[in-house]
Order: sequence, then structure tokens, then C-alpha cells
Amino acid sequence: MLDKQHIILLFLSMFILIAFVGFFQSWNLALTIFNLCIISSIMSLGINIQWGNAGIVNFGVMGFAALGGLANIIVSMPPTAKVWDAGAIYILIGMIIFILSIIFSILVWSKSGLSKKKKYIINFLLIILGYFLMRYIIDPPIRAIEAIEPAKTGYLGGLDLPVIISWPIGGLLAALIAYVIGKISLGLRSDYLAIATLGISEIIIYILKNEDWLSRGVKNVNGLPRPVPYEIDLQSEPWVLELTKFFNIPVSEISSIIVKLSYSCIFLLILIGILFLLEIAQKSPWGRMMRAIRDNEVSANAMGKDIKTRHLQVFVIGSAIIGIAGAMLTTLDGQFTPVTYQPLRFTFLIWIMVIIGGSGNNFGSIIGGFLIWFFWVQSEPLGLWFISQTTAYISDTNIIKSHLLENAAHIRLMFMGMILLITLRFAPKGLIPEVKR
Amino acid sequence: MEFLNSFILITNYIIIPGLTYGSQLALGALGITIVYTVLRFSNFAHGEFMSFGTMSTILLTWVFIDSNIKFGTFPTAIIALPFSIIFTIIYCLLVDKFVFKFYRQQKSKSVISLIVSIGVMFFTGGLIRFIIGPGDKNFMDGERFILKAKDFKMLTGLDEGLTIKSTQGVTIILTILLVILLFWFLNKTKTGKSMRAYSDNHELALLSGINPEKIVLITWIITGTLACIAGTLYGLDKSYKPFTYLHLVLPIFAAAIVGGVGNPIGAIIGGFVISFSELLITFAYKKFFFYILPDNFLPDRLLQILSTDYKIAVSFIILVLVLLIKPTGIYKGKIIE
Repeated sequence: MLDKQHIILLFLSMFILIAFVGFFQSWNLALTIFNLCIISSIMSLGINIQWGNAGIVNFGVMGFAALGGLANIIVSMPPTAKVWDAGAIYILIGMIIFILSIIFSILVWSKSGLSKKKKYIINFLLIILGYFLMRYIIDPPIRAIEAIEPAKTGYLGGLDLPVIISWPIGGLLAALIAYVIGKISLGLRSDYLAIATLGISEIIIYILKNEDWLSRGVKNVNGLPRPVPYEIDLQSEPWVLELTKFFNIPVSEISSIIVKLSYSCIFLLILIGILFLLEIAQKSPWGRMMRAIRDNEVSANAMGKDIKTRHLQVFVIGSAIIGIAGAMLTTLDGQFTPVTYQPLRFTFLIWIMVIIGGSGNNFGSIIGGFLIWFFWVQSEPLGLWFISQTTAYISDTNIIKSHLLENAAHIRLMFMGMILLITLRFAPKGLIPEVKR
Repeated sequence: MEFLNSFILITNYIIIPGLTYGSQLALGALGITIVYTVLRFSNFAHGEFMSFGTMSTILLTWVFIDSNIKFGTFPTAIIALPFSIIFTIIYCLLVDKFVFKFYRQQKSKSVISLIVSIGVMFFTGGLIRFIIGPGDKNFMDGERFILKAKDFKMLTGLDEGLTIKSTQGVTIILTILLVILLFWFLNKTKTGKSMRAYSDNHELALLSGINPEKIVLITWIITGTLACIAGTLYGLDKSYKPFTYLHLVLPIFAAAIVGGVGNPIGAIIGGFVISFSELLITFAYKKFFFYILPDNFLPDRLLQILSTDYKIAVSFIILVLVLLIKPTGIYKGKIIE
């Protein structure tokens, strides 16, 4: 019972913190923070099921989140005219040829009775051949597609479907890639798996940054459609004007609050849905099995559990959750900007959330996501305030003081590092420890 | 003649930059490898240690330039280096005392230490940005070139120029010296031998009377030195920006793993494998074939395997491939559970 009170208390204080922002800064900011808190929590739920329940170290959060973002483009943007004339079909053919060459080389590797040296050579030649054949086929149509109005489009475009469909599609896309990644790399030890997933996620970002025909690369995709109404349309609605009079705040502010609130409602529903499913999974025999594998692989194996398949399963599920959150994030931003995907913000920060919240506990991950995102955003003004307070007795023209004030924003990195180190040292189980079942 | 031209082209665009970048990666990878074998965890904070060392060098260089201390035609950073090495070592030791020591005594799993090192990475990164700011810093002074393209053309009468930047020369020479010193230490001195014994088998080393605290101390001294020098050389050669050092961790890990984690020779080989494959795969071979092939055979494309934008991604691709095909690396490294 104490546990429940503890959780409720933590969530209550979190909401009070956000309400503080609402009262003292602005409700707009408070809702922005709240929405991003929800997305962060969903991402940390994805990591929690992998790390907390199964002990898999996935440092590829950034890549899966970006894949979710890509789903936004593929699903919701209008298709670019004339891409089919430019030969978009050849890109598909080229890709299929390359994938076939990989599949063929895997077959050669596992089935044929050749010596190891010959296998290496044949595989190498096959993949090289496949790659150059693909480049030969796809290079001209790619150049043609990128040349179609490069200032506006210059990419394939999407399917022009409602953007909300892109969230599950983003999850599916992430799950598909996670299946491939997991299939080849889950046999690695934890350190190597961490480095491998980090490397793969960087490769994904590099591809999204440079393959303009797919994602417009660093030119970004702007103006993604929204699942909620636009502020400009709301401002002429009579009921909004009514509200404006009632609360006595400008119409531009109230319309943006309404937009953000509707996002919050949708996001909250998804968060609760995912949490519900994860809680059921954790309590089920499946969850018990995962924990058994985490705690002792050898004995779980001896009990007849297929560790490799189970790890792959949980890796795919967790990554799909991150993909959904990534798609939601891009929809909320309204644009897809590959350069914003940084491992510090997307991978390591999410990990801090999970560790501080309490690995192995879903509620912990949520509170971790809320708390860490809140301080990630708010430690900038807090740091500034702290420094201007401590240096109040120094004159304003002092070089050191102005330098400190200039760099105060970077206190947040130090702050995050400190929180993580202190938690790991003194409360390694986190804010809400894992429930002993 | 044509053949010579193509050779100079390759030297100028691949061999010399490859040797330079490879040396920087190798020094970084050595630091990671040594921490991995002796202290038994993957240190994600190593990039930030390098950054810390570079920052100290920059600050000291400014002080030296202000007080008119110069080192002939060499960059002033070279005389600042010994002092900044000391700062970096002190920082590493402080971090170890307050952070890593606890987990070592607890005999925590290596994953936990890895996550701890991420905390250190965040903290150090913040500290560095707080002290020196996130912007670009160029602290290269003195003579910029050992050999200029124009002089080379005049000297030899070839069409292709060869340039050697002084930072490139300094990097390669310093790396050779440092590696010789390190191997002499590890293989010939008593402390070096006891360090290797300790990394092979903790318990056995303790039984034979090796003091673990001393080993740890020396490990951090070596790591700090390597990190500071590697970071400074990279900063001199390119330019210093705290942000880039975070992204340097992954190529360095790639170098360490490709060579075989836990093997110092592997780390050096790995560094060069990574740097040369980055350059070879993203080099546009058109001009090379322009010298070699007759005119009518000349292809109209750039002849690039991957576009230059993917330069750093190449190291990740190699890393992933090595992890999948041969996780122990080229030289069989150590696998610690």
C-alpha cells in the first residue's frame, strides 16, 4: 500500500511542478513541457522493457525515434508529382537487387559446404556486386528526383494519408529495423551491444541526413499535417472567442493552448494505453520469464527457455514503442529535421530517465521521463538564476561574471550528470524501485 | 611521370591525412583499451577526457601567448601540453576517486560502470562547455606548413602538389614517440609487467603481492596522458569544438574494437584501419584515373564508392561489420564478462 501512496505522491508533486511553470511563466510553456514529458515517458517505457525487464542495453533510441519521424513523411506528406516519370520504380528495383544479394550471401554463408576462406571471398564479391549494381540502377533516378523543384520538394513525398496513421506505421518501421538489428547483434555481450546499437543509430541518422530523395536530408521537411486544428482556424471560431472573453487573455494565446491541450489528450491516451499493455505483460507469465532470463540466463536456458528469441521479441517491442514516440514527436514539431537527432538528447537522456525513475518499473520510467525532461528544459533558467545569485556581488562589467552568465545554459549537462551519478551511487534502484513479485 | 603524379595525389589526399587521423584515433583507442583491460569497463567518458585535455591546452596556450612565450616555429600548444597533461591526469584521478572507485570495490557488472561513465561524460561535457563555451576555438599558431604545394611543384616539376601541414608532422612524430614509450613501459619495466599481470588475472596478481591501488593510479596516469595528447593533436589538426569530441568517441571505440579490445597493438592497427578505410571509401578516384588511364577510357562519374558526407558513417559501418563477423577484432582481444 505504501508503494501506491509513494507513486501517487511523486506524480502529484510532478504536476505541481508543471503547474508552477504555468502560474509563474506561462501556461503555453507548461503545456509544451507537459507534451514533451509524455513523449519522453513513452520512449523511456520502451527502454525500460528492454533494460529493466530483459537486461538488454539498447543505445539506439535516437535511430528508432528518427525512423518514427520518417514514417510521418512517408504517410502524411502529399506525393511529389512526376516522381514516377523520374523513375522512382528503379529505386525500388535497385534496393531489391541489393537486398537479394545480401540474402543470397547469407544463404551461401549458412548452407554451402565451402571452406571459410572461400565463403569470405564469395560473400564479399556478392555484396560488392550487389552494391554497385544498385548504385548503377538507382543513381540516375535519384538525381532526377532530387532535381524536381529542389527548393520545395526534390524527394519522393508521401502517401497523403492522415498523419495519425504514421504513429503505428512509425512503430512498425522501427520494429522492422529492430528485427534486423536484433537478429544480427543480440548475440553480442552487453558492452558491445551498446556500442553496436549506438553505431547503427548513427548510421540511420547519416542516411536520413544524406539521402535527399527519401527525407530531403538537411533541407528538412516542413509543414507536416496535423491531427489537431490549426491556431489560425481556431481564432475565428465563436466558442474560442467566447473563451477569450471569459479568461481575458489574448486570442492567439488561447488558441495555441487549445491546440496543445488537444495534443496532450491524445498523447495521454496513448501513454495510458501503452502503460496498461506493458503492466499486463509484466504481470503475465511472459514477464516473469523475461525477468528470469535477465537474472540468470543459464538457468533460464536450462528450464527450456529460448533466450535468443525472447531477447529478439523484447528488443522489437521496445523499439516499436520508441518508434511510436518518435513519430508523435515529429508530428508535434510539425517538421522533420534530421540534424536535431543527437545521441546526447535522444539516447543518453532517455537512459538517465529510466535509471532515475527506477529500472524495471513502468511507473518509474514515466516519472523519470517527466522529471528529467522538466529539469532538462528548466535547468537553463535555473542555472542562469543560480549564477546571477551567486555572482550578485560582482560588478556587471567583470569578464568572469559575463562569461559565467553566457555559459550558464551548459550547467544542465553537469546537472544531468550529477543526478545520474548520485542516483547510481546512493539509490541505484531509482525513485520507484522494481516491484518484488 | 603520370604514374608519379597519381602517386603524389594519393599521398596528398589519402596517405598523409590517413596517417594523421589514424594516429589520433590510435592514441584515443589506446586509452580506451587500457581502461577496458585493467579496470574492465567501456569508458564512454573518454572523448570528454580528451576534450578536457584539449581545453586545458587551449587555456594554457592563451596564457603562454599572452606572456610572449613561444616555441620557435612550432605551435605554442606543444609547450602547454606537459602542463595540460598534468591537469588531465588530476581530473581523471579525481573522477576515479569520487566515482569509479566505488563500483570497482563493489565489483559491479561492467554495464553498470558503463552507465556510470555516461554520467561522467555528461558532467565533464557540461563542465567543459561551462568553462570554455561551446564555440569553435582555433589555437594553432606558428608555421602552418612543413611543405607547401607550390614549393613542391617548383621543386619536382610535377603537376600534383604535395602539402604537409605542420600539425600533421607533429601528430605523426609525437604518436610514434608515445607508442614506443608506452610499449617500452608495458613490456620492459616492472610496473608495466605487473599491470599486465593484473589485467590478465586480478586474483592471481593480488596473491603475488601486486598493489591494486598503484595499478589503478598508473592506469589513469597513462589514460590521462594519452587522452590529453590525442585530444590536443586532433584539436590542432582540425579545430576544437566540445561538441565534436562527443562524436569522436564512436570512431575511437570502433578503432579499439576493430583491432581487438584489450590489445594495445590492436588499438593502433584499428586506428589506421578506420582512418584509411574512411578516406579510401569516400575518395573520388576520377583524378587518379585521369593520370593513369588513356583519355578515351576516362569515365564521366566521380568514381566515389560513398559520398564524402558518409565519411564518419564508414567507421560505424566497419565497427558493426567487425562486431558481427569477428567480435574479438583483428588481434584477438580480451572478452570480459
